[in-house]
Amino acid sequence: MRMVVWEIRMPIALMAVTVGACLSLAGAQMQTILANPLASPFTLGISAAASFGAALAMVLGVALVPAALALMVPINAFAMAMLASLLIFGLSTMRGVTVETIVLLGIALVFTVNALLALLQYFASEQALAAVVFWTMGSLTKATWTKVAVTALILVVVTPIFARRAWALTAIRPGEARAVAMGVPVRRLRLETLILVSALAAVPVSFVGTIGFIGIVGPHIARLLLGEDQRFSLPGSILSGALSLSATSVLSKANLPGAVLPIGIIAALVGVPVFATLIFTNGRRSW
Amino acid sequence: MVTLQLRKVEARYGRRIIYAEASTPEIAGGHLTALVGANAAGKSTLFRRIAGQLAGKGEVFIAGAEPGDLRYMPQDTGMSAALTVYESVVLALKQRQGGWRMGAEELDAVDKILSGLKIGALSDRHLAELSGGQRQLVSIAQTLVTRPRIVLMDEPTAALDLYRQYEVLEHLRAYAADTGAVVILALYDLNQVMRACTMTIAVAEGRIVAAGPTLETLRPEMIRKLYGIEARVETCSRGCPMMVVDRAVEDHEMSGYR
Repeated sequence: MRMVVWEIRMPIALMAVTVGACLSLAGAQMQTILANPLASPFTLGISAAASFGAALAMVLGVALVPAALALMVPINAFAMAMLASLLIFGLSTMRGVTVETIVLLGIALVFTVNALLALLQYFASEQALAAVVFWTMGSLTKATWTKVAVTALILVVVTPIFARRAWALTAIRPGEARAVAMGVPVRRLRLETLILVSALAAVPVSFVGTIGFIGIVGPHIARLLLGEDQRFSLPGSILSGALSLSATSVLSKANLPGAVLPIGIIAALVGVPVFATLIFTNGRRSW
Repeated sequence: MVTLQLRKVEARYGRRIIYAEASTPEIAGGHLTALVGANAAGKSTLFRRIAGQLAGKGEVFIAGAEPGDLRYMPQDTGMSAALTVYESVVLALKQRQGGWRMGAEELDAVDKILSGLKIGALSDRHLAELSGGQRQLVSIAQTLVTRPRIVLMDEPTAALDLYRQYEVLEHLRAYAADTGAVVILALYDLNQVMRACTMTIAVAEGRIVAAGPTLETLRPEMIRKLYGIEARVETCSRGCPMMVVDRAVEDHEMSGYR
C-alpha cells in the first residue's frame, strides 16, 4: 500500500501539479510577449520538436546526447525542443523581425518537424509506431520522483524572474508602442522571456509528452478570472494550470475501471466545455 | 525650470536619414509648445528621436531634468488587454518605481491624475470597453502619472470632443505651469495651437522649417507652405488670434518623405 501511494500514485499526482503549472505559465508568457491569444509553447514548435526527438530515440534508437538508455527518450525530446527554441530565438534576434514574423516562423517550424515525425513513423516498426503515438498523446504514468523534482526546480527558478519583471510584462499587453514609451525594453524582454518559456515548456514536455491544451487554456482561465495585472495573472496561471491538470489526471483514472486514459485526450475533451463556459459567462474581454 | 534644445540632431531609421540637422532655439518649460506639420512631415519621428527611441548624431540638450524624466505618448493605437483603467495607470507608474506593493502615495498619485482628467468614474472599466476619446484620456493619465519633467504627446486631443479638448489643454497648461516641465504637443488644430501654445515648432519633409513664438511662426505664408492652405490669421472680437481658412492651394503636392 505504502509502495503504491508513495512510489506510483504520489509522483503522478505531483507531476500533474508541476507540469500543469509549468505549461500554463509558459503559455501565459508566450501569449503576453507574442500578443497572440493562440500562442502557447506549442505554437513555436517546441512540443513538435520534442515529439520528433522522442521518436528519434524510439524508432531509430538515436541518442542525441549519449546517456543512459533509460533516459534516452526524455533527453532527446528536451534536446530537440531546446534546439527548436534556439532556432526561433536566433531568427527573432535578426533585424526587422516582428511578433507576427516570429509566430509565422514558429508555425513553419511546426509543419517541418511534423513532416519529419510523419516520415519517421512511416518507416517505424509496428511496436515503435505504437510507442511514438502513445508518447505524443501525453501521459503522466511514467512519473518518478526525479522527474517531479526536475520539473519543480525549473518552475522555482523561472517564476521569481518573471515576478521581478511583472510590471514590464503587464505593460507589453496594451500595446508595444506604449510599453516602449513607458521605458520598457520590449525587445530584450521578449527575447529573455522566449528563453525562459522554452526551458519551462521543454522540461515537462520531454517527461510527459504532448499535453498541449493546458498551455493555452490555463492562462486564459487565469486571465478571465483575474485580469492581466501580472501580480495576479502570474500566480493565477500557475494555479489554474496545476489545478486543471490535477483534475484532469484524476478524471483520466476514474473513467474506466482499471485503465488510465491518456491525459492529453481528457484535457482537451473536458477542458473545452469548461473553457467555453468561462468565455461566454465572463465580462473581461481582452483580445 | 527645465529647458530642452535640439542641436544639429539627426534622426534615422536604420540607414534612412529623416532629419539631417534639426536645431531649435531653447524650449523653456512652464508653457506649452506645439509641434505642427502636415501628415507624414516627421512629427512622430522627431518625438521618437527626442525620446531616445531613434538613433542619430547631434545632441538633445536637456537642462534641469534627467533623460529618465521624459515621457512620450505615442499616437493612439488601440489598447486591448484585460486591464482596468486603474490598473493601466498603476502599471505606468510602477515602471518607474517597481515593487508589487502599492504605497499610499502611489495610490494617491493615481487617484489624483484620474480625477484631474475627470475619468475617475472609469476606474473599474476595462480598456476594451472604452471609446476612442476615453482611451486617449487614459493614455494621457498614463503619461502624466509619473509627473515627468519633459512631456511629448502625439495628438493628445485628436479623439476628444470640444469640451474635453479644452479641458485637456487646460490641464496640460496647468501641469506645465505647476511643474515647470517642457510640454511639447503635436497638434493639427492651429486655432488650438494659437490659443494654448506659447511656442511652435513647424516641420516639413523631415526638416524644422520654423521654430519660435507661436504667432511669429504661424504666419499665412508658413501655413501655406506647411499645409497647402490659404489662410488668414485675424483677431477675434475678444482680441484673440484665430485662423480662418480660405481655400486649398491647387497645385500643392502632399510631399511626405515616406
